[in-house]
Amino acid sequence: MSCELPNSQEALAKDAQAKALDIERNVGNFRYDTSYDLDAGKGLSEKTIDFICNAKKEPDWIRDFRKKALKIFNEKHMPGEWASADLKNIDFDRISYYMAKGRQTRSWEEVPEEVKKTFERLGVPEKERAFLAGVEAQFDSESSYSNMKEDLAKQGVIFVTSSEGLMKYPEIFRPWFGKVIPIGDNKFSALNSAVFSGGSFIYIPKGVKLKQPLQAYFRINAEEMGQFERTLIIADEGAEMMYMEGCTAPQYETSSLHSAVVELVALKGAKIQYVTVQNWSSNVFNLVTKRGMAMEDAQIRWIDCNIGSRLTMKYPAVVLRGEGARGEVLSIALAHDGQHQDTGSKMIHVADRTTSNIISKSISIGKGRATYRGMVSIPSHLKHCKNNTECDALLINDNSRTDTYPAIVVKGEGNSVQHEASVSKVSEEQIFYMRQRGIPEAEAMSLAVNGFVNDLVREFPMEYSVELRRLIDLEMEGSVG
Amino acid sequence: MSDFPAVNSASVVAEAAFAEHMASWPRMPAWLAEAKREARKRFAELTMPTRKQEAWRFATVSNLSCDGFTLARGEASLAASVEPVVTCGGCLDFADDFHAGGKPLDPELAEKGVIFLPLDAALRAYPEFVRKYLFGHMPNLGSEKFEALHMAMFRSGVFLYVPKNVEVTLPLAALHEAVRPNAGLFPHTLVVADENSSVTLVEVFRSRDANLAHFACAASDLVALPGARISRRLIQSWSDSSLAFHLGSSTADRDSSIDSISLHLGGGHVRAEEHGRIVGRGGNVQMHSLAVATGSREIDQRTLQTHLACDGKSDLLYKNVLTDKARTIFAGLIRVDELAQRTDAYQTNRNLLLSPDAEASSLPGLEILANDVKCSHGMTTGQLDADQMFYLLSRGIPRKEAEKLMVFGFFEEVLSRMGNEELSAYAGGLLEKRMGAAG
Repeated sequence: MSCELPNSQEALAKDAQAKALDIERNVGNFRYDTSYDLDAGKGLSEKTIDFICNAKKEPDWIRDFRKKALKIFNEKHMPGEWASADLKNIDFDRISYYMAKGRQTRSWEEVPEEVKKTFERLGVPEKERAFLAGVEAQFDSESSYSNMKEDLAKQGVIFVTSSEGLMKYPEIFRPWFGKVIPIGDNKFSALNSAVFSGGSFIYIPKGVKLKQPLQAYFRINAEEMGQFERTLIIADEGAEMMYMEGCTAPQYETSSLHSAVVELVALKGAKIQYVTVQNWSSNVFNLVTKRGMAMEDAQIRWIDCNIGSRLTMKYPAVVLRGEGARGEVLSIALAHDGQHQDTGSKMIHVADRTTSNIISKSISIGKGRATYRGMVSIPSHLKHCKNNTECDALLINDNSRTDTYPAIVVKGEGNSVQHEASVSKVSEEQIFYMRQRGIPEAEAMSLAVNGFVNDLVREFPMEYSVELRRLIDLEMEGSVG
Repeated sequence: MSDFPAVNSASVVAEAAFAEHMASWPRMPAWLAEAKREARKRFAELTMPTRKQEAWRFATVSNLSCDGFTLARGEASLAASVEPVVTCGGCLDFADDFHAGGKPLDPELAEKGVIFLPLDAALRAYPEFVRKYLFGHMPNLGSEKFEALHMAMFRSGVFLYVPKNVEVTLPLAALHEAVRPNAGLFPHTLVVADENSSVTLVEVFRSRDANLAHFACAASDLVALPGARISRRLIQSWSDSSLAFHLGSSTADRDSSIDSISLHLGGGHVRAEEHGRIVGRGGNVQMHSLAVATGSREIDQRTLQTHLACDGKSDLLYKNVLTDKARTIFAGLIRVDELAQRTDAYQTNRNLLLSPDAEASSLPGLEILANDVKCSHGMTTGQLDADQMFYLLSRGIPRKEAEKLMVFGFFEEVLSRMGNEELSAYAGGLLEKRMGAAG
């Protein structure tokens, strides 16, 4: 990590950590020889792993970790009969698992019209548009980020890519890496463990309470947006933080499989909020494993919004490991024609007096299909645990589809759970009322749908909630009548 | 009761038991023999359930071994003259799948064309008519292998036909008793209610001697033709060492309604499947169940509400009380077809845990393909409410008594839907006995 950069922006970086950040951001441009073959090619084998390790100059323990993961990936079956049959259409031999150059770029002309239109409507700044559409491989956010970076460093916060984390901070990184989500958790977590690149590593020291959310957006680079992101966030005792990833603008992707792994560790009394807003183009399989571990009196909260993609399978989980821990998932899913949002949550109670809450709202438009899948487990030795689950589905058109498949296992003393789900369409009375007051039908529908998700949208950070509302308006267009 | 020594013979699932069953039914119609042979073949081909299968998730599949249970060989000598549990218009008593007595059908009803016969007798008297409906529907919720076994091995059961516009006011009743040690029973129930008719059928399933082990693989098929109304009450108290399957299907045609209440009070391992289908516009299916899981009993319930026609209604309420180390599994699904607009479908599962070692699993599901629907499900698992308990205690009611009151309050929601006071009282008595035994 010692190569000097000719970039003058570096003057701003005062300490080594911040410097490291900038170097990492330029990985795609500087780290590798151009004479080097930068693409690991298609298909997955030990050679691919060696290629990634060599290219990233990773230590041996990571190489072993990746190879072990590859073995498990090959042995593991695809998810069983419960999962979408569409998974069979993933051809693992035709996927590129690592591109050191990052994403392939294209010209602005190649970007589909509807994507451009969406940018326009959402009011995405010019610079971001180019990046999001895949025209530029990188997004420069130096100006907005540099001040904050300094401030963070002073508090001892580590905010780097996962590659940098594992090399520079092994003493913090290694004890938790792959511990919340073991390699063999499922086939896709094994795949990610074998070929991961990009993603964030964050450590918040004891008692540090961050006032500003940390955003993946600030340090987007080629790797960051990788197909196989790996994120590890550790909040030390009493620390508090919020992390935000994604954005409401559609991301037009050339690669069809995204499989991230996100691990959160909230030590005693810590609080982590993880906010995701994703809007994938409808050729993408988005198969993500997200899990947090909450120790004594810690809180983990996943706020999740899934839009787009061909198939999303994502069930953020919290393992409530310490007494008094709390887990929460707030989730919004929007499925349009040809899209299947298979989302949900898992709450695994393993300590007394732990509580969890799941609120999920989905909207199916056209032939879209939204599925809630959940697991709540309270085993016999536990006392006084509580779970509350609410899933509401809204169906817009007469061929829209929604499913709910929760699983709840309860034993023990003084434990109680409740689960409720409902399915409905937009009420005719509401529409009638609005139309009578001169609001066109499409607009009335948008208002009704926004009302349906309103109490959840409010939980999102301000700029996201504004964009989300605009996005719902946009998705609703043409769906009425 | 040692009057009936166990007969040494092959397990009820063995080829030899099938051969014996076929040989013991002289002049079986050729079509039925063929269907039974096919079913036997299917049984042999299908694999035993594994927990990996979604339909058997959480279930203790190792309990499903039928080894040691032998083919029931009912005969007249097993008859026990008992009074029907309710005042009824006719009762069929079976002992080890043999029609051993009961109360003949009210002649007035017979005159109106109501047929209420043991299934084997009905097959002799009205072969073509019974053939039209026999095995029209099976629940198909995971126990396909045991459905095949049931079809291959069934010997008798209840056949009930109510002609058009006939309203049967008094309930009809049936008693299915397992008598000999290790007897394997396959009682079949087929109810066809013709247009605008109505009828109530009360069926009691039990082990005569609570100390003997029995195997029961019972199936029922309730068919309500347009405008008909069927009520069915099932009260099950097999012995604690028994393995029982209750595979139920209800099919409601246009503007008809079927309402079923099942009481599961016994059995060591009970698999209860119930599939309600709405096939005609405005059909209405109500499914209720009350299970008392005491000791180490496992009650595994799988339900499906299928809406294939518009304007249909379905409502499900399954309540389980668990004590000791008992387990219950409730897996229910509401499936609304694309064409089934304006459907109202509800599903509720409530589990009351009275012991820290009891385990309740719940898998309530929805699959909705139409948009103009009102569907919801809710489930709760918890203990007796502390505030309610405090209220009762503060009024001087002893804890034990208060607990009992609250548990019976929990039962009441289902018992009150029985629609027959005599039957509610009978069921209440059984529940009290059961809960008393659980301590």
